Amino acid sequence: MPTVIVDGQEIEIGADERLNCIEAARRAGVEIPHYCWHPGLSVVASCRMCLIQAGSRDPETGAVSMIPKLVPGCQTPVKDGTVIVTNSDAVKESRARVEEALLIDHPIDCPICDKAGECLLQDYHFEHGQSERRADIQPFHSRRRDVGPTVTLFVDRCIMCTRCVRFTREVSGTAELMVSDRGAKEEIDTFPGFPLENKLAGNVVDLCPVGALGDKDFLYQQRVWFLKKSENVCGGCSAGCSLVTEHNQDTVYRLKPRENPHVNKWWICDDGRYGWHHLHDPARLVAPGRRGTDGFTETEWADVVTGLRDDLKAAGSLAVAVSPQLTVEEAWMLCAVARSIDPEAFLALGYLPMEGTDESFPGGFTIRAEKAPNRRGVEAVLGMFHAATDGVIPGWNELVAHVQAGQCKAAWVTAGHPTSTTSWCDKETAAAFEGLDCLIVQDLFDSPLAARATWRLPAAGFAERSGTWVNCGQRAQCFEQAIRPPAGVWPEGRLYWNMLGRNGLYDPTGVRQQIAESSAALAALAGDLPATGVDLRLQQVAAP
Amino acid sequence: MTDTGSFQPVLLEAVGVENGHSIDNYRSRGGYAPLEKLLAEKQPAEVVEMVKSSGLRGRGGAGFMTGVKWTFLPKDHPGPIYLCVNADESEPGTFNNRILMEDDPHQILEGTIISAYATRASTAYIYLRYEYPQSWNSLQAAIDEAYAAGYLGKNIKGSGFSLDIYLHRGAAAYICGEETGLIESLEGKRAWPRIKPPFPAIEGAFRKPTVVNNIETLACVAQIARRGVDWFRSIGIPADPNNPRDPGSYGPKLYCLSGHVEKPGCYEAQLGITARDLIDQFGGGVWKGRRAKAVIPGGISMGLMTEDELDTPLDFAGPGKVGCLGLGTAAVVVVDETVSIVDFLHNSCRFFAHESCGQCTPCREGTSWSLRMLERIRAGKGRLKDLDLLAEIGSTMGMMPGSTICGLADGAAWPIKNAIAKFRDEFEQYIKESNPTGYMETDPVPALPIVTAH
Repeated sequence: MPTVIVDGQEIEIGADERLNCIEAARRAGVEIPHYCWHPGLSVVASCRMCLIQAGSRDPETGAVSMIPKLVPGCQTPVKDGTVIVTNSDAVKESRARVEEALLIDHPIDCPICDKAGECLLQDYHFEHGQSERRADIQPFHSRRRDVGPTVTLFVDRCIMCTRCVRFTREVSGTAELMVSDRGAKEEIDTFPGFPLENKLAGNVVDLCPVGALGDKDFLYQQRVWFLKKSENVCGGCSAGCSLVTEHNQDTVYRLKPRENPHVNKWWICDDGRYGWHHLHDPARLVAPGRRGTDGFTETEWADVVTGLRDDLKAAGSLAVAVSPQLTVEEAWMLCAVARSIDPEAFLALGYLPMEGTDESFPGGFTIRAEKAPNRRGVEAVLGMFHAATDGVIPGWNELVAHVQAGQCKAAWVTAGHPTSTTSWCDKETAAAFEGLDCLIVQDLFDSPLAARATWRLPAAGFAERSGTWVNCGQRAQCFEQAIRPPAGVWPEGRLYWNMLGRNGLYDPTGVRQQIAESSAALAALAGDLPATGVDLRLQQVAAP
Repeated sequence: MTDTGSFQPVLLEAVGVENGHSIDNYRSRGGYAPLEKLLAEKQPAEVVEMVKSSGLRGRGGAGFMTGVKWTFLPKDHPGPIYLCVNADESEPGTFNNRILMEDDPHQILEGTIISAYATRASTAYIYLRYEYPQSWNSLQAAIDEAYAAGYLGKNIKGSGFSLDIYLHRGAAAYICGEETGLIESLEGKRAWPRIKPPFPAIEGAFRKPTVVNNIETLACVAQIARRGVDWFRSIGIPADPNNPRDPGSYGPKLYCLSGHVEKPGCYEAQLGITARDLIDQFGGGVWKGRRAKAVIPGGISMGLMTEDELDTPLDFAGPGKVGCLGLGTAAVVVVDETVSIVDFLHNSCRFFAHESCGQCTPCREGTSWSLRMLERIRAGKGRLKDLDLLAEIGSTMGMMPGSTICGLADGAAWPIKNAIAKFRDEFEQYIKESNPTGYMETDPVPALPIVTAH
C-alpha cells in the first residue's frame, strides 16, 4: 500500500487512489486550508491558501528530498513516499500572507454578513492569519448586485476563488457567471441579459467560501449559529438527494446538500433547495376530522385510531393507495393495518406525480421527472404483501378503476404531495370515489378528494418524519426527523403504529429491522445504515 | 570593452533595405534555400538535433533551451501538434519582434516552417500583439506570398510536409505573453495562465501538444539553418565550465535600447556585450552628457542595475549576478540621474497592478498593494515602514517562492526588490522630506483614493 507522510505521521492510501495533498492530509487528520479547490470542480490552484511543502522519501535509503519552494496542495498529487509538511514556519508564514492579502479589500462587515459563523475567511483568519493590519485602511464599501432571481452578490466580499464560475461552466453547463475586469479590480459578474438562472443556481451559494454569494431566500433570516442541522433526504423527486435540513424552533430556514458520492455528490437542485416552504404553509391540514351527516367535525387522534378501524370493518372490502411519499416503514405498517382489517384488501401504489422528462446536467447531476421520493420502497413493500396482480404492482389508475368498478366499499388514500396551489387530484378523478361507504384521505393539503372524505387526516411533511426512502437507483437512505409537525398533526407512522396496537412511541428503526428480517428485497435495511445509504441490489446479490 | 568589430548583423540584415520585406528580396539574400535543402535532406529529428547542438536559448525572456523544449513533445504522437509563435511582445521597452516582423517577415516565416517541420506541427498560430497593426500587415502579406510560392500549404516543395499558418491578433494584455496565457487566449478564453504540469509540450493549445516560441527565436532558427551550427556557436559567451547547469549564451541578440540615450533603437550584437558598451557604442552614450542612474537590463520585470553594475555582460547569466532576474527580452532602458527612483518604481508598480491577471491572490493583491503604497508615498504621506512592506511583498510574491502560477509576479517583484535594495537611501530621503511629521508612523493609515491607476 502506498504510504504518505503527513507532518511526520505515516498514513496508507489505497493502491489505485488518486489523491491530492489536501485529501491525503485530511486522512491523517490534518486540515490544509483552501478556498478555490473543491473536489467537484477543476483545479485552478489560484487562491494559494493551500501552499505546503512537499517532497519524496527514497524507498531504499529513506532519505527525504523536498521541493525547494512551496507548492499548492490541491495541485500536487500524492504517491508512495510523498512527504507533506503543513506546519513549518514557511507554510504558516505563507498562509498569513494570503490571509492578509485577502483582507486588504475585504469590507470585514461580518456583523451584517449572513456567512458569519460558517465563513472560511473568518475561520482561516482566526487560525492562520495575523491580528495586525498593515495595509492602509480602506473606506467601507460593500456593493451588492443581483446576479439572478435567487442569488445576490456582495461584490466586495468576494475573494475571487472562482468556484462559482467553474460550477456554472462544469456542472450546470450554463456558464452564466464570469470574471470581469483584471487584477485587483476584477469581479464576478454575469453578461447583461443573461442572469444566473438555472436549476442548480443555488449551489453557487453553498460553494462560496465567503459571504459574497447570498441566497435571497435565506438572506437575513437567521444567524447560522442558531441553526440546528438534521440529516434528511430530499422528497422533491425520485433522485433522493442527501441533504441537511437547517432549522430552529421547529421552523426550517434552509436546505443544504449533504455530500453523497452515490447520489447527488455535492449538489442539489433549486426545486429541492426551496422545496421546504410548504411545511410552513398556513393552508396545511392540521386537524383530523370525520364528516358526518351534520358536516365535518374535528376529532381527537385517540378517537381516530378506533374510529378508522370501526368504519373500515363496517364497510368491508378495502382498497388502499400507498403514497410514494410515505417511508418504507410507514408503507409497511399501512399495509399491515389494511390487511388486518381486510385480509383481501386491494393494495396499490398511490398517485405518482410526473413532470416532464429527466433533466441531466454536464456535471453528472440529474433531476428526475418522477416527483416522489419512494416509489421503489413502496413497491418493495407492496411486493411483500403480494399486492401484484398478473405480476404487476397496481398503481393509482388501477386503484381508481377498482373503486369505480365497485369492487370495494372503502378506500384509504394517502398522498402528501407538497403542492398547495394545484391539487394532485382533480374533480373528475375524485368523482370516481362517489358511493363508497368510507373514504379516508390523508394529505398535506385540501383537495377535491379530501372534500369527499369520510375521514380527512393531516399528513406530515418530509422534515417532520423519520424513516427510509429508496431512490430511483435502488439506494435506501435513512433520515431523521428535523422538526416537529404543526400542533395537531400526527406523522403517518404514529397513527399506523397505534392502529397496529403497538405500545409506546413509534419506533421506525424497530419497524425497519422487522421489515429487513421478513423481506429478501429489503434485507439490506438491517442494522444501522451508513449516512450515504445502501444499494438494495448489491445486498441482494450478497444474500445467500 | 566588448569587441564588436567582426560582428555583422544577420537578424537585422533587411533593415533599411528597399523592399526587404518582400519574398524576392528575401530569396535574393539567400532565404528559403536552406529550408528547401533541409526539407529535402533532413529528418525532423535531425533538425531538432541541429537546434539543440547550436545551444539556442529562447529569446522570449526565460532563456530556456529551444531544442530541449522541442524534445519534450511526446514521441510518435498521432497529432495534431501545434506551434504557437509568441509575437505578443509587451514587455515594456521591448520592440525587437516588431522590427523583425515589419522589416523581415520572411525570415520569421522560414524559421517557423523549419520549427514546425522539426516538431511535426501541421498548424502554426502567430499570436500577434494587438498594438502592432503594421506587423499584422507585413506578416499577412508575407504569409500570402509564402503560400503563393509554395512554402506554405500542402506538401511543401514536394517534401510531403504540410503547414498552415494563422495570424491571430490578441486584445492587448501583457499576460498573453505568458505561454499558457497565450494558449488560453488563443482558445478564446480569459488569458489566465494554466497550472503546470501539464506543460504545453504535453497538453497545450486545444489540449494537444504545443510548442510556444518567440519571434526572435524563430529568426535565429532560420539563421542557424542558413549559416550552420558552428557559426552560431562562434558568437556569444560559452558555457561556464565550472557550472554544469549553465548552457552558455550563444548567437546574436537583438538589444532594444531606449530611455535616456542619444540614439535609442534596436541593435544586434553578440550575446554578452556589456550594458556600458551597448549604451556607449550603439546608443551614443547617456543623453545630454548625463550619467545613468539605473539601467533596466532586459525589460522592466528584470529589475534594475546601478551605474556601478553597467559592466555586467548582457548574456543569460550576467544580470542575475548583480541581483537582477535575468536577461529577459534584452530591452535595455536607461534612466538618467535626474529621474526620481520613487517615480520610476511607481510607474513600474502601476504597470504590473494594471496587468496582473488577478488569478493568484499574492500577485493580485500584492501588485495593487505596492501601487497604493507608492501612490501614498508620492502624495507626501509615506512612512519608512512602507519600504519594509514593499520589500516583503517583493520577496514573497512570485513563482520563485512558489506563491503564484506564472512569472508575472516575479517580474513585478524584481523592480521593487532591486529598487528598495539598491536605492533605499533615496527612498528614505524622499519619505523624510515629503512627510516630515509622519514618516515614523507604523500604525495603518487611511488609504488614499487611487487616481492614476488603471
